[in-house]
Amino acid sequence: MTVKGLIKSGEYFDSVTLMIVGRDVTALKGVQDAAVVMGTQENKAILKAAGLLLPEFEKAGETDLLLAVKAESPETASKVLAESEARLLSVRSRSDSEEEYRPKSFEGALKALPGANVALISIAGRYAGEEAMKALKAGLHVMLFSDNVPLEKEVELKEFARGKGLLVMGPDCGTAIINGVPLAFANQVSRGDVGIVAAAGTGLQEVSCILSNESAGLSQAIGTGGRDVKKEVGGIMFLEGLKALLEDPATKVVVLVSKPPHESVLKKIGAAVKDSPKPIVAVFLGAEGKTLSRYGMLPAGTLEEAALLAAALSKGGDAKAAGKKLADRERALSELAVKEASQTAKGQRYVRGLFSGGTFCSEAQLVFQELGISDVLSNAPLAPFKALADALKSERHTLIDLGEDAFTVGRPHPMIDYSLRCRRIQAEAQDPETALILLDVVLGYGSNMDPVRELAPALRDARSTAEQGGRRLVFACSVTGTPEDPQDKDKVSEGLKAAGALVFPSNAAAARFAARVAEYLEGE
Amino acid sequence: MAIKDLFKSKLKVVNIGLASFTESLERSGAQSVQVDWRPPVKADAGALAAVEAAAADIEKANAKAVKLILTGKPALVGMGVALDTIPGMTHDLILHAGPPVTWERMCGPMRGGVIGALLYEGRAKTPEEAEKLAASGKIRFSPCHEHGAVGPMAGIVSPSMPVFIVKNEEHGNLAYATMNEGLGKVLRYGAFGPEITKRLKWMADELYPTLAAAIAKLGRIDLKSMIAQALHMGDEVHNRNRAATSLLFRALAPAIVRTCPDSERAAKVLEFIHGNDHFFLNLSMAASKATLDAARGVAGSSLVVVMARNGTDFGVQLSGTGGEWFTGPAPVPDALYFPGFTKADANPDIGDSAITETNGLGGFSIAAAPAIVQFVGGQAPDALRYTKQMYEITAAENGAYQIPSLNFRGAPTGIDVRKVVAKGIFPLIDTGVAHKEPGVGQVGAGILSAPAEPFVKALSGLAGSLSAKPKKQKKTLSV
Repeated sequence: MTVKGLIKSGEYFDSVTLMIVGRDVTALKGVQDAAVVMGTQENKAILKAAGLLLPEFEKAGETDLLLAVKAESPETASKVLAESEARLLSVRSRSDSEEEYRPKSFEGALKALPGANVALISIAGRYAGEEAMKALKAGLHVMLFSDNVPLEKEVELKEFARGKGLLVMGPDCGTAIINGVPLAFANQVSRGDVGIVAAAGTGLQEVSCILSNESAGLSQAIGTGGRDVKKEVGGIMFLEGLKALLEDPATKVVVLVSKPPHESVLKKIGAAVKDSPKPIVAVFLGAEGKTLSRYGMLPAGTLEEAALLAAALSKGGDAKAAGKKLADRERALSELAVKEASQTAKGQRYVRGLFSGGTFCSEAQLVFQELGISDVLSNAPLAPFKALADALKSERHTLIDLGEDAFTVGRPHPMIDYSLRCRRIQAEAQDPETALILLDVVLGYGSNMDPVRELAPALRDARSTAEQGGRRLVFACSVTGTPEDPQDKDKVSEGLKAAGALVFPSNAAAARFAARVAEYLEGE
Repeated sequence: MAIKDLFKSKLKVVNIGLASFTESLERSGAQSVQVDWRPPVKADAGALAAVEAAAADIEKANAKAVKLILTGKPALVGMGVALDTIPGMTHDLILHAGPPVTWERMCGPMRGGVIGALLYEGRAKTPEEAEKLAASGKIRFSPCHEHGAVGPMAGIVSPSMPVFIVKNEEHGNLAYATMNEGLGKVLRYGAFGPEITKRLKWMADELYPTLAAAIAKLGRIDLKSMIAQALHMGDEVHNRNRAATSLLFRALAPAIVRTCPDSERAAKVLEFIHGNDHFFLNLSMAASKATLDAARGVAGSSLVVVMARNGTDFGVQLSGTGGEWFTGPAPVPDALYFPGFTKADANPDIGDSAITETNGLGGFSIAAAPAIVQFVGGQAPDALRYTKQMYEITAAENGAYQIPSLNFRGAPTGIDVRKVVAKGIFPLIDTGVAHKEPGVGQVGAGILSAPAEPFVKALSGLAGSLSAKPKKQKKTLSV
C-alpha cells in the first residue's frame, strides 16, 4: 500500500465538488482510499484517522487544497493523483468556460443582479456568518443553509435582521419556499393559502408536499433552523416569520413545525398567535397538545396530521375531516401489518429504521411511543428511548438518523448520497433478527436525482440475503415529494414498489405500519 | 425590503455556495446569480476591525486618490542622462526594479544586470571585477520607484544611461525610464558582456540624441491618448505593445527625419524602434508611474500606488502609507515556457512593469488584448473574465482607457487593498519570465496572481496609519 499526495495552494472548491471528486476517485481501480479536501484542522484530523495525513500536509492551511491517495502501488497512486487533479480542473474549466461571468464576491453579485432580495448562503459555517451580515447590511433577506455557524453569530445576525425588518432563515436551514420558489432542498409544490414556519427542515418538506398532494397549496414556507426555537436564540425568526404570515393577505392558514420549542419561546409564540383570526396548526413533535390548545393553536401529533388539518381548513372544511381520514386509514394499516408480519420467519423480531431526515427519525420514535413499543434504541433518542451503544450497529428496534454528524463528516448528506444507507440495508438484512426495514425517501431540488436507481438494487440484494437464510424481509418506505418534483413522486413510488417495498403516503403512516408490525411480533 | 414586500416581489437570489442551488433556481424560473466565492485572506483581526471602523473616511480618501489617478495626464516631454536628470542619482548609485534589496539577496538576473551596468559604466573590466565591486559596498543600490523611475525586469538604471522624461501635465510631477533594448540577450534579463555594452553604447551615442532631438522638435508626445488608442488596437501596453510602438513610430518618424543630420543614423534609429515591439513598454510604465505618483500621500487611502518585484520580493505601496514598502516573497510564475525550459529554470517574478497593472493597464485590461491570452495558452473568453474580475478589487473605471470588447467600459483602476484582502482576489499581472541564471534571457510568459502577503501587510500598515496621530502628511512626490 502506498500513500501519495499533493498540496495545491490557494485553490478553492466548494465542499460538494470536493466530495464528489473524492468519492469518484475512491471508486477507481486499485484505490483503497482517497481524499480531496481543504486543509482545515477538522479535515486534517479526518485524514490522520484514515492514514492519509502526509507529513507535508501538517503545515497546510485552510486555503490549501489537499489531495491524498492510498493505493495498491506507487504507480497507481501517482496515476490516480493525476486523475484527481484533472477532474478538479475539468470542474473548474466547465464553470470558467461559461460565457456568463461569475462574480467572485457578494459585492460583485449585487452589481450583476441589481435589486437582488435574497442571499442563499451555503459556504462553510466559519465564513457564512460574515457573508450573511454583508447581505443583511445591503438589505437582502438571508437563507443560511450552512451549519456550524457559531451560536453567538446566529443571535447577532438575527437581532440585526429583526432591526431591519429582514428574515434570516437558518443557519442549518435546509429548505424554504418563498413566492413559490424552492430554495435549497425544497419541493415543487402548488401555490395556495397555507403558510408554514418551520424550525425543522424535513418537517417543512413533508408538510408542504402532503398539502400539495392533497390539492391544497402554499403561500410561503419559512425555515428558521432548529436552533431558533431554543432559549439562546429566543425564537427571533420563528416569531418574525409567524408575524409576517399573520399579516400576509395571501395566507389563510398557518402551520408551525418544530421540535418542542423552549418554554420561553413557546410562550412568545402563544402570545403572538393569541387573537389571530387565522387558524394556527402546530406540530411541535413531542410537545403536549394541551398546552398548545390553551394558546388557541390546533395541535397535531404528526407532520401528516398537521398537513391534513391545514388542507381541510384551507378548503373550508373543519378539523374533524382530517381526523376521520386518519382513523379510516389506521384500520387498513393494522390489517396490512398483521398480514405482513405473519409471513416473517421465527426469530425475525425487530424493526430497523434507517432515516435520511432527522425530523422523520424523531417522528417515528414518537409514533412508536404512542403505540407503546418500548424496546427502541436510536442514535438520536427521544426520552424515554435510550441511545444505541454503537450507531453503526443496530440492536432490538433501532431507529437511526443517518444525517447525524457521525455519519456525514466528510461525505454528502444521505439525501444526496445513498451509498451509506444501501450498505446499512445489507447489514440489517444479514441480521436474522431484522423483520422490517423502514426508510424515508426525500425528493425535491438538492436531493438525489434518481433514488430508485440507488435503492432498488439494495432492496433486491437485501431480500435475497434474507431469503438465503430462510427469512422474509418487509420494506416500508415513505416518499416525501410531489409529482412535479424533478424526480416525480409517482415514478419513484412505482419504482420502489417494483423493488418489493410497501410505499406509504407519509413518514407517519410508514412508521405506524412499522410499529404495528413490531406490536404483532412482540405479541407472537 | 420588509418581509411583506418580499412576499410581493419577484425573487432575485444571490447564491453563495453550492452551484446546484443556482441550477434549481433557474429551473424554477427565479432570477439568480452564482457567486464564485472563495475564502477571504487571513489577515490581522485588529487591522480588519480598524479599517472597517474607518470605512467612511477611507472611502473619502480613496475618492480623492482615485480622482488624482484618473485626471493624470502623462506626456513624453524630453530625455536626459540619468545622473543629471533623476533625483538623487549619483556616480555610485545603481537603481533596480522592485522594493529595496541588498546585493546578497539579489536574484541572478538582477545581479547580471548590475554587472552589465558596471561594465558599461567602465567601473570594471571583467564580470568578476564587477561582481567584487558590487559586493564591496562601494556601490549603493536603490529602488527605481524611490527616484520617480521605473524599469522593466531587472530595471537597472546606472548614472550615464539616458532616460525618457514623462511629465504628468495635470499634476506637474515627473517620471523616468530607460529606453527598451529589445529582446534576446539584454541587460534587463541579466545579460552582460561586450555585445550588451556595445548596444547600450549605441543607444546612448546615437539613439538617445536622435530621439531627444525629435522629441524636442515635437515638444511633447501625449502618452495618455497614445495608450488609449493602443487599447483599441489590441494592446494592453504591458506584454503587448505592438500597436503603441507603431503609434509612437508614426509620431516620431517625421521629426527624426527632420532633425537627424545623418540619414543613415535616422534609418537605423527607426529600424531599431520598428524591430522592437516592446519599445513602448518603458513609456507605458513611465506614464503609469507619473500617473500614480500624483496619488501618493492621501492620508487614509487604501489604494495601491505601486506593485513592483525585484526577483526576490514582491512589494506594494499604498497611497495612505507614504514610502513604506509591504513585501512578501515573489512567486515563480506558472507560465507557458518556451521550448526547452520549465518552471525549474524560472526566476521568481521580477520588474517594475506591474506599475501598468497598478494603473489599470496590463493584466487589468487584458480583455483589450486577447492575443496575449492565446500567447500564454488561454482563450479569448479568459481575457474577458480576467478583466471582469479586476473590477471587483478596484475603486473606479478609467474612462480614458476603454476596453472595446467590454463595450468600451473603462479600465478597472485604483486597486483597493481592502477589497483584495476581503475577497481573496489578487491583482492579475501579465509577466515575462526571466531565467534564474543571469544572461539567459526570457524563458516564458504568463499571467500571474500577485501574492497575498504584501497586501495583508499593507492592510495592517494602513490600519496603523489610521491610529497614528493625525499629522499633516506632505505630498511625497518623487521629484
